[in-house]
Amino acid sequence: MTEDLEAQFAEWRRYVRSRPELRQADADELEDHLRGSVDELLAAGLHTDEAFLVAVKRMGSLDDLSREFAREHSERLWKQLVLTGEPDSTSPRSRRDLLVMVLCALGAAVSIKVPELFGQRFERDGGFYAPNLALFALPWLAGFLAWRRKTAPPVIAALVGLFALGAVGANVYQLGDESQSLVLTTIHLVIALWFVVGVAYVSDDLRSSRRRMDFVRFTGEWFVYYVLIALGGGVLTGLTFGTFEAIGISPQNFVARWLVPCGAMAAVVVAGWLVEAKQSVVENIAPVLTRLFTPLFTVALLAFLVAFGFSGSGIDVEREALILFDVLLAVVLALLLYSISARDPLAPAGLFDKLQLALVISALAIDVLVLLEITGRITEFGTTPNKAAALGENVLLLANLAVSAWLLVGLARGRTPFATLERWQTAYLPVVAGWAWTVVLVFPPLFGYL
Amino acid sequence: MKVTKDLVAASATPMVLGILADEDSYGYAILKRINELSGGELDWTEGLLYPLLHRLERLGHVESYWQAVAGERRRKYYRVTPGGLAELAEQRRQWDTVVDTLKGLWRDSNQFVVIPSEARA
Repeated sequence: MTEDLEAQFAEWRRYVRSRPELRQADADELEDHLRGSVDELLAAGLHTDEAFLVAVKRMGSLDDLSREFAREHSERLWKQLVLTGEPDSTSPRSRRDLLVMVLCALGAAVSIKVPELFGQRFERDGGFYAPNLALFALPWLAGFLAWRRKTAPPVIAALVGLFALGAVGANVYQLGDESQSLVLTTIHLVIALWFVVGVAYVSDDLRSSRRRMDFVRFTGEWFVYYVLIALGGGVLTGLTFGTFEAIGISPQNFVARWLVPCGAMAAVVVAGWLVEAKQSVVENIAPVLTRLFTPLFTVALLAFLVAFGFSGSGIDVEREALILFDVLLAVVLALLLYSISARDPLAPAGLFDKLQLALVISALAIDVLVLLEITGRITEFGTTPNKAAALGENVLLLANLAVSAWLLVGLARGRTPFATLERWQTAYLPVVAGWAWTVVLVFPPLFGYL
Repeated sequence: MKVTKDLVAASATPMVLGILADEDSYGYAILKRINELSGGELDWTEGLLYPLLHRLERLGHVESYWQAVAGERRRKYYRVTPGGLAELAEQRRQWDTVVDTLKGLWRDSNQFVVIPSEARA
């Protein structure tokens, strides 16, 4: 009988603890109250079940109770990030996480200063630092993730190998400071190595589509946190500069050679740690932004198509325009990806899915126009690394979006399950990674190190 | 008879402080005591009492400590602080003023007689 009662109390405790307004201490206090009430009712001759029911009923609905608590403790609804979290949530595990994170962040900050020992200068040797930028911080982030996931030795070996390959790609070709390939390598190595971070992220279950989607979510949140940290860093830099200038000391050297590079590298790891730590506590930002901007982008693209139709003049396709339309497709793909990442896989197709279809189709229509124009140009004037890379990306994004559009049509008609779309996107990630590696490793020799 | 919500809320602080001024106590016992003293007319909810206790703690009028009771249970006791006693004295002055005024008003006039006579008319 008492065990039965204890089970009921345990159930009640779980229920109370699910309320963010009520902390452990409150739950204890209320439980003591409930037990007092139950004891009294038992003494009055009720059975345990009855006593428990009546006592709970007397306490009133948990909703009302939580609302009253929230009025006194409104700060509890503004949650509760890792550093200032409630005392009973700091497990030894999260403290160890913090320690390893600090070590990795320090490692990243130190890494960018190491080349100075060999005579490189951050403000002067852009030709060295630009392609290597991703190599200073991302291995540390991958290391942190691998540590958290207790990655198996073969996978760790593969990670090390890939980062080494990245270092080779960045440095063996000796690209000139002015060459197009240098810029291309810089951009694509970041993407390629980010996917290596992804391998570390999904290392506990390499083939799982769900885990890859988690990595997509991680990427979005990481980006949001990085931008926020960068904004804070900007304020710090500005204030440091201003205050020291005011007393006649110029901190330019310190800011440019220590604060900015080391801070930027360390923030890569810190942002990753923040995403890992807050995962389930705070609403994800990237899907919220997606919801906000999907309708706006759809309208903008449709307006462009209409204007294009009316004006009748062709698109002025310079190199910049090609890159611009690449960015456009990438943004559309990101909007698609992040709304997929936040969608309930079992929900039937809704208005938002149709809106998304409209967005993807208008982006495709615009891109086909651009692509026709560009292939004409390339066959006429020959190609350069930039054009080839931009064109390749365009084809890559176009293929993804075309299939996505097809699957979205099926989804809207209720014929394709949503999981197919999700699986298509996660299966496509290695293709993108492969392309980024190709640009880094194959393009420079292919185009004569131009 | 039901005491209105506003009146309950306004009188809750001096009542809790008054009970704690006698001796340290905990939530359930405070609720029982209020019930007894008012002859069952004042029926406080947990949603009123506990947030109030936490607010008084935040304002420094009371402080709390945990004590083990039967078995593995812990009970949160509250103790009034010197600040809380000063607050109680202040509230008491205010309530005396209000109560005296009302009493004077109702003794001197015959308002209680007027209402039923109107109802009859």
